[in-house]
Amino acid sequence: MNERRAPLFLERESYRQRRTIDAARLLPLLGFLALCLPVLWGGVAGEGTDAGVRMTSVGVIYLFGVWIFLIGAALVLARRLRLIDSDQDTPD
Amino acid sequence: MQPFNILIIVCLAYVVALFLIAFVADRRAERGQFGWLRSPLVYTLSLSIYCTAWTFYGAVGYAARSGLEFLTIYLGPTLVMVGWWWILRKLVRIGRSQRITSIADLISSRYGKSNLLGVIVTMMAVIGTTPYIALQLQSVTLSFAVFAQGTSGADWGRPDLNATALWVAAGLALFTVLFGTRNLDANERHYGVVTAIAAEAVMKLFALIAVGVFVVWGVADGAGDILARIEASPIAEWDMKPGRWVSLTFLSAVAFLTLPRMFQVMVVENVDERHLATASWAFPLYLFLMSLFVVPIAVVGLDLLPAGSNPDLFVLTVPLSQGRDGLAILSFLGGFSSATSMVIIAAIALSTMVSNHIVMPIWLSVAQQGATVSGDVRQVVLTARRVSIGMILALGYAYFRVSGGGTALAAIGLISFVGVAQFLPALLGGIFWRGATRIGAAAGLLTGFALWAYTLFLPSFGSSFILPASVLAEGLFGVGWLRPQGLFGVSGMDPLVHALFWSLVLNTIVFCLVSLASFPSPQERLQGAQFVNVFDHNPNSQGWFSGAAEAEDLLVMAQRILGPKQAQGLFAQAAERQGKAGYLPDTSPEFLQQLERELAGSVGAATGHAMIGQIVGGASVSVDDLMAVADETAQMMEYSSQLEAKSTELGRTARQLRDVNEKLTDLSVQKDAFLSQISHELRTPMTSIRAFSEILRDGGMKRDEREKYATIIHDETLRLTRLLDNLLDLSVLENGQVELDLQSVELFDVIERSVMRAGIDDALYIRRDPMREKQVLFTDPDRLSQVFINLIANARKYCAAHAPELRIEVRDHGRSVEVDFIDNGAGIPTKSQAVIFEKFSRLGDHRAAGGAGLGLAISREIMNNLGGSITYLPGQSGAAFRISLPIDVTEAVGVNQS
Repeated sequence: MNERRAPLFLERESYRQRRTIDAARLLPLLGFLALCLPVLWGGVAGEGTDAGVRMTSVGVIYLFGVWIFLIGAALVLARRLRLIDSDQDTPD
Repeated sequence: MQPFNILIIVCLAYVVALFLIAFVADRRAERGQFGWLRSPLVYTLSLSIYCTAWTFYGAVGYAARSGLEFLTIYLGPTLVMVGWWWILRKLVRIGRSQRITSIADLISSRYGKSNLLGVIVTMMAVIGTTPYIALQLQSVTLSFAVFAQGTSGADWGRPDLNATALWVAAGLALFTVLFGTRNLDANERHYGVVTAIAAEAVMKLFALIAVGVFVVWGVADGAGDILARIEASPIAEWDMKPGRWVSLTFLSAVAFLTLPRMFQVMVVENVDERHLATASWAFPLYLFLMSLFVVPIAVVGLDLLPAGSNPDLFVLTVPLSQGRDGLAILSFLGGFSSATSMVIIAAIALSTMVSNHIVMPIWLSVAQQGATVSGDVRQVVLTARRVSIGMILALGYAYFRVSGGGTALAAIGLISFVGVAQFLPALLGGIFWRGATRIGAAAGLLTGFALWAYTLFLPSFGSSFILPASVLAEGLFGVGWLRPQGLFGVSGMDPLVHALFWSLVLNTIVFCLVSLASFPSPQERLQGAQFVNVFDHNPNSQGWFSGAAEAEDLLVMAQRILGPKQAQGLFAQAAERQGKAGYLPDTSPEFLQQLERELAGSVGAATGHAMIGQIVGGASVSVDDLMAVADETAQMMEYSSQLEAKSTELGRTARQLRDVNEKLTDLSVQKDAFLSQISHELRTPMTSIRAFSEILRDGGMKRDEREKYATIIHDETLRLTRLLDNLLDLSVLENGQVELDLQSVELFDVIERSVMRAGIDDALYIRRDPMREKQVLFTDPDRLSQVFINLIANARKYCAAHAPELRIEVRDHGRSVEVDFIDNGAGIPTKSQAVIFEKFSRLGDHRAAGGAGLGLAISREIMNNLGGSITYLPGQSGAAFRISLPIDVTEAVGVNQS
């Protein structure tokens, strides 16, 4: 059973590697969107509308939250990508 | 002891420690004990030169003024690092494979090793970086001043700000010269400097966190209290300007890629590509920690300190105001580290660019004799770098003095960012778009740079410095839409966003349009392919042809640039690889290429290329030459294929000629035979005629004897006449002078007459099919009958069968008729079939035949004249001839009817 599945497993592995690279490419875009999200808070250029007040304290928590998430995601991806990179080509 | 004096001592001790660290690291690297020198941690920490004094002091000031906007400066680089797979990975790979020494080198190398671009980028980098260096000097002097304020008494303790800046600049120059130009390391890696930078990175992080912890848990009452204080502070409301927020995030991301000093640590000093993976999360983490306590410090500073105090110095003044002198000194060291590390790396990066792209090309063109003859190149390069470092710091100091050091720190930093951001289109276009050309890059860079200077840099000096106030207010030449801060009628935009927008947009547009319209040189196209497809293949840029290059000359030059030990090692290694002993390898293209790359690592791609070019001289093969060679090769191939075709044709002709020749030889042999035959034939009757006529002349014989002799003479004469008639006939037929007597006749009659005239006795039985012979022809019956008679007579003569028999078969083909004469004899041997129709040919020596071998030749000529043919028909039981002739001669040939 297992022996028959071995090639399938390999394929799945390289498929996963591709998707990891995709994820690594998507991460900065996702990060940019998340970091630009506060722009939309409380309406665009809310003139005179007190509903659109952004609080620094909330902003601090949100931004640092996004930041630490990006770092964590990058850490996970970097671990996987480093293996892929050394698989693909050895420097020098 | 005064805090200021302690500060001086601590500061000196710190500097000494830095020197020591750098020294030890260099020593270890020299001995090959890399160990932690090459760890990803050191790499990540060295990236921290992004965080300059502007960050250390300025971020708090920025936060105190504009709230959270300061974060954009760190979020941009975070995105770039997190997205390393997109750009950084490629940049580092290119940097390593092409031995890139600076961002100017990268752009110059990508666009066909163009020195023009190298010079442009270098100039822009110098102009963009000088204010930044001034900014660092300013921050150090300001922080000194903070401590000095509390000091009185001793004269030397009251520092003059300008003198402080001068001392700092001189000290930095010394450090940079000592550790940044120790050697022209082929890899351009400065382990000592990088290690010292890493130590400074730890120092500044530690200092800022220490102040932050003190503020949060010492002054305030933990995180909750800080949040409450934020909400109570003047920056409680996040006054976000969306345009600036997005633009600044983008700008800092771009600057992170294009700042010469960032390029230096990120790409040039990179020792292992895998370090990038670690740095992708570790460096954002570093930035995260650096900015974590910025807002708390700002808030507490705004709260504690009297209104009007400089928020840029909160990091120092908050601890001082709380009486924490030790913490303040630590914090000062952090700021000092930030400033010095930035200046050192920036000076190294700029000096490399200046020496490789400005000094060396000039020196190379001035020193006519070339690299081998004139003085020590290595010394020239090193001196150029040292002088450049001094000049750059002097420029920074001059800028500091001129600008007066008054403006807010962050403003200068951002102006500088926008300046270097102009490299972006050429950089990204270079590594992702093969269509980017040298002209396009130069045009884009110049456009962007001009706009940056006009819209941001010059106005930053304030009105009436270089740009008069009238230009600022009303635009150049009074044209409204040329206002530096409102180009093309765009108004109300933040000046920085405005400048960034227009300079980068027009830069990109010009870059793309000019690239699309221009055509790159072969060298550019080659380099472009190598850069864009760096992951696809191993780099092998255009090569050198060996031969003229003398290994010894190359060694002499390499020694001068790389240093004797390294150069000799390199040459010996190459020789060993080629299986030779000693120091002089064959100057194979591979070796030259390797050497060029080594040299490029020291003096830049363009210069390295030029230097090898000087020695290899005429043998240096440019891509143009290669293309010419390729063209010639193609021509030669075409020529040779033509030759081949011709030679095949010649072969065919030769074969035909050989065949013809064989036939001719054969004929010639036959002709000789015939001549002897005919002379024999002529002589034999002549002999009898002569002999018998002599007998007759002598007389004295009986009447019947005389008659008999006369008859013989007569017969022989007839035979001669017949022979001569035949020859004459043949010659007439061959010349086409024959006159045909054309008339309608039935084939049956012609054959009947022929059989009769052939004088057939019982010796040959003739089988015919009279019904088929009822065919009316329009032809010359006499000539046709001559052919038939000949064939029938031949059958009679040569058919050696026991009961000779001749079949005459007629077949009607509509417009033509075939008449076959087939006997039951032995037939004609295959090898003779080809010549039986030739004149004078006669098979064997059948004296009995009585002919001269002209019969068939005459028949063939007759048939030709009658528009038909006579062929031998092989594969029948005996000899077989096929006569085919048209029903109407006039239809087949244009015969004149007579």
